[in-house]
Amino acid sequence: MPIPLIFELNKPAVLSSHIPESDIPHDVPGLPDEYRRATLNIPNVAEPEVVRHFINLSTMNHHVDKGFYPLGSCTMKYNPKINETLCMLPGFAALHPHQPVSTIQGALELMLMLEEWLCEITGLPAVTLQPTAGSHGELTGMFLTRAYHAARNDERTKVLIPDSSHGTNPASIVMAGFEPVAIPSDERGRIDVDALREALSPDVAALMVTNPNTLGLFEDHIDEVSDAVHDAGALLYMDGANMNALLGLAKPGDMGFDIVHLNLHKTFSTPHGGGGPGSGPVAVSAELEKFLPVPRIKKVTPPCSAGGESKGGVILDWNWDCPESIGQVHSFFGNFGVLVRAAAYIRSLGGKGLKNVAEIAILNANYLRSGLIDVYKLPYDDLCMHEVVFSADNQCINGLKGLDVAKRLLDFGYHAPTIYFPLIVHEALMMEPTETETVETLDAFIAAMRQIDRETRENPELLRDAPQSTPVARLDEASAARNLDVCYIEEK
Amino acid sequence: MNIPSDLHYTKDHEWVRVDGEEALVGITDYAQGELGDIVFIELPEVGTKVVSGETFGTIEAVKAAADMYSPITGEIIAVNGQLDDSPELINKDPYGEGWILRICISDVKEIETLLSADEYMKLIDESA
Repeated sequence: MPIPLIFELNKPAVLSSHIPESDIPHDVPGLPDEYRRATLNIPNVAEPEVVRHFINLSTMNHHVDKGFYPLGSCTMKYNPKINETLCMLPGFAALHPHQPVSTIQGALELMLMLEEWLCEITGLPAVTLQPTAGSHGELTGMFLTRAYHAARNDERTKVLIPDSSHGTNPASIVMAGFEPVAIPSDERGRIDVDALREALSPDVAALMVTNPNTLGLFEDHIDEVSDAVHDAGALLYMDGANMNALLGLAKPGDMGFDIVHLNLHKTFSTPHGGGGPGSGPVAVSAELEKFLPVPRIKKVTPPCSAGGESKGGVILDWNWDCPESIGQVHSFFGNFGVLVRAAAYIRSLGGKGLKNVAEIAILNANYLRSGLIDVYKLPYDDLCMHEVVFSADNQCINGLKGLDVAKRLLDFGYHAPTIYFPLIVHEALMMEPTETETVETLDAFIAAMRQIDRETRENPELLRDAPQSTPVARLDEASAARNLDVCYIEEK
Repeated sequence: MNIPSDLHYTKDHEWVRVDGEEALVGITDYAQGELGDIVFIELPEVGTKVVSGETFGTIEAVKAAADMYSPITGEIIAVNGQLDDSPELINKDPYGEGWILRICISDVKEIETLLSADEYMKLIDESA
């Protein structure tokens, strides 16, 4: 390891940490000896050394503030810094979830506003902000599906998913007690509607669709899909991971979706993927609103004596009285800091700005597509939405694989695209540039991809031995997965 | 790519070495190459009944997880316990130390439904 751990920088003589005398009595009765300790393992490191240690570590990591990050399906767009400034306001950052509701009116107002904006964006009338990840939103959506059918005494056991779906979809389906059934894609990379009709039966609770799908293609016969699903008494669920392509252009509610989860951390620009927590709100149709998780936010007219009266004479409160709710899906009210950032993003861009986001995201992905299509194989050759999925089949020569192309990109200072997903594309290279990249960045990336293609023929060792410019060279991923050890134990 | 001519194969990329009423089963060299480095393998217990074409376990590699399908109907009489600790044996030696199951075949006539090495080779060529 080139960089020592902070514990290994420990210099007992430095005395940088001063632990105050304990104000808790030493002789707590009944405290077993094994719960007492005399020393704390806090390293003594001078402040400048601590700062340098962590700054140096941060430069070894690849992040969107440092370089292009075209990781498909993950929407690694730039996160505007004003979002961080706003969510650090003490009125948001210093709240405690147990403090009296009269003192958090502003936070509730922000959440209610965000709910309304997400309703507008999805074209659905109600939303919960509680789930804290896209997969968590999916699971919540599947619980809502179960509650919906149970309330109608209609026991349904299966949920359909296209074979291009995100891996979390079947996992959420199984976790909610359903059986997943895969529907094949047609030769255009869309859901095979005939196969869908064949699979629909009174056992089917829902169809989960990602739109645009994981090939970056819009499901252009979604009307037909929606009618078929609803005629069979099932619900239509949208995995909104790819909502960046639809903002302001099309509403899932208009396409017939009953349930939609959004990924605030992707579409609405909050740090994620090791950079911060997620948020996966779920929007639903009017019929499903009563099943949403508790608490909801309600407007109440306060009696004259009540505290926390807001300007409009309306006070906001938690509503726990939802007898048909599926219950809580997370402690407290979700990842509130992410909600503030997403609200700041929506507010600063406005309706026109959000539409522009989707337009440029689509334009950028098609720019990559047309810049590489003569060199990299495009199995589903069509205009794409926000991302494009190539195959590295043409580059699989001299014993090379798509993995080697991805590793070589690291030497150019780029994050690799998503590889080997979706599963229906052999040697998949899935690229999502997002709207926040300039044409110069895209040109440089295209040039790097074209150079790597040449290297597969002229200098394959460069790919086989890549990366060389990163802090560590190629890792043994199997043993990293099997023998991961991240615990530090002090050597005596 | 190594496709031994004395083995039988399935379209799901398993190989079968028939020895009287017993079948030794593993995944092919092509399958391990496509999966990449194998990280975990989940195997059934000895005594489990398996049905041809149905899943008997899962195999997890760095890039994906996949189901494994029984090539033949019968009862499992042995599993390769070494794979718990060393799943990479499948990458290193798919037809030898990387064997997965030994099955007592219910109906030896079923072997005729399996692919020959030539047929399997053709199947891979078509899918590539």
